[in-house]
Amino acid sequence: MRAVITVLGKDNVGILAKVSNVCADAGANIIEVTQSVLQEMFAMIMFVEIGDIKIPYSELSDNLVALGDDLGLKVHVMHEDIFNTMYHV
Amino acid sequence: MINSHDILETISMIDNENLDVRTITMGISLLDCIDSDIDKACDKIYDKICRYAKDLVKTGEDISKDYGIPIIHKRIAVTPIALIAAACPTKNPVKFAKTLDRASKTVGVNFVGGYSSLVHKGFAPGDYALIESIPEALSVTDNVCSSVNVGSTKTGINMDAVAKMGRIIKATAEETKDRDCIGAAKLVVFCNAPEDNPFMAGAFHGTGEPDCVINVGVSGPGVVRAALSKAGDCNITEVADIVKRTAFKITRAGQLVAQEAAKRLCVPFGILDLSLAPTPAVGDSVAYILEEMGLEQCGAHGTTACLALLNDAVKKGGAMASSHVGGLSGAFIPVTEDAGMIEAARSKALSIVKLEAMTSVCSVGLDMIAIPGDTTADVISGIIADEAAIGMVNTKTTAVRLIPAIGKKVGDELNFGGLLGGGPVMEVNTKSPAKLIARGGRIPAPLQSLKN
Repeated sequence: MRAVITVLGKDNVGILAKVSNVCADAGANIIEVTQSVLQEMFAMIMFVEIGDIKIPYSELSDNLVALGDDLGLKVHVMHEDIFNTMYHV
Repeated sequence: MINSHDILETISMIDNENLDVRTITMGISLLDCIDSDIDKACDKIYDKICRYAKDLVKTGEDISKDYGIPIIHKRIAVTPIALIAAACPTKNPVKFAKTLDRASKTVGVNFVGGYSSLVHKGFAPGDYALIESIPEALSVTDNVCSSVNVGSTKTGINMDAVAKMGRIIKATAEETKDRDCIGAAKLVVFCNAPEDNPFMAGAFHGTGEPDCVINVGVSGPGVVRAALSKAGDCNITEVADIVKRTAFKITRAGQLVAQEAAKRLCVPFGILDLSLAPTPAVGDSVAYILEEMGLEQCGAHGTTACLALLNDAVKKGGAMASSHVGGLSGAFIPVTEDAGMIEAARSKALSIVKLEAMTSVCSVGLDMIAIPGDTTADVISGIIADEAAIGMVNTKTTAVRLIPAIGKKVGDELNFGGLLGGGPVMEVNTKSPAKLIARGGRIPAPLQSLKN
């Protein structure tokens, strides 16, 4: 069971590290990261395993969204099933 | 394999194009709450709703958070109250409305539908009293919605009920004139009312439904418009394909939410309603989709053709995306709830006459239209009769939700705020159909009904 974390906004030092820290604290294993910076705009898509995390998934989601608010970034945390359902028949 | 493009497209749909699941509606049967003692019946109703729906709002919020898809409303639809009220003929059924309102506030839903009566072939015990009580019921409650079915393809149109509803709509507006006549915005008159529609104000839990069921209404006019905008100058066949593809994606998201809600609440999944439901938010408009197809403004000649294409393509795209499709499923055109329709009505590009033509190809009918406060009950009944005739002959649902703006005239504005929006009072043809309405009786069912 995986969640997809997307982070969008103005580039800054340490975004990946801070997001990774929140995941590590929750015991969420990072499986894949795609990241790009285009004209100072930072875009990252991260797949994390949420099957065995130490805190409720909703708490991890809240923590990441709160981190995004602190850093001035838009963070979305979504269960992978939503994409599998919308884009695959 | 999930690719980045799909993820970013979904994020953009949510952030910029108002993608959401509009409503999770729990249908609850109240047939086992019938009691000749109205106080006992009300106690049973309150207890059952609170027991069945106690986790509805929290479950909706949890699913929204888990999947990252906004779920705007959690609502309840119940058995038509006229059936329950029939057992206590000497009592004022408003007590049931107050009970529904109290239960809705306890469980935290924003609307409860089912203060309803089905009289398409005639009045049974409970129907007269319930219909007569609608103005009071909608003025003393906040969350209760009411509907009355006055016709169907199978039975024809009950013109006695049509006559009565003209008066009731006007009385409901009068009772709530201090609140922009909002009572009338919670009252729908149907022909061919579906028994599993999750959208308000016309939701009720039909007698063929199970004890409890989850029905979900999707939305997403903003997403469809954005997809058409990105496509640029393509031909109309490609426009239809884009709508279908987009409707498929939106519906799949709704299907996932519906299945998950049913599983978590341990309630059977009923249907997914594929409707494109606008909100007053800028960009979340069905009118803008029609304009994106190539109209200078909604209401221009060509609008009905665009809406026919849209309504059909939404169904084609959505039908394969869901295991059970039902409800109204199509494109809604509620004037005061759609920013593009409001603008078109203000500029007089959109008239009630044009809207009536549009209702022959949209999913419902004349919806959320403010009319002058001095419009006679007979004229309102005439509008209902016309709309019911369109539904009856075309074997589709049609509805009338008019708001007589008491004390206001054409060009004045009503403002309900929130999802119900607001808009200008529109002009109606004031020539009297009084003699027709006074005839009473029943318009016979059309040949289309003889299918056996």
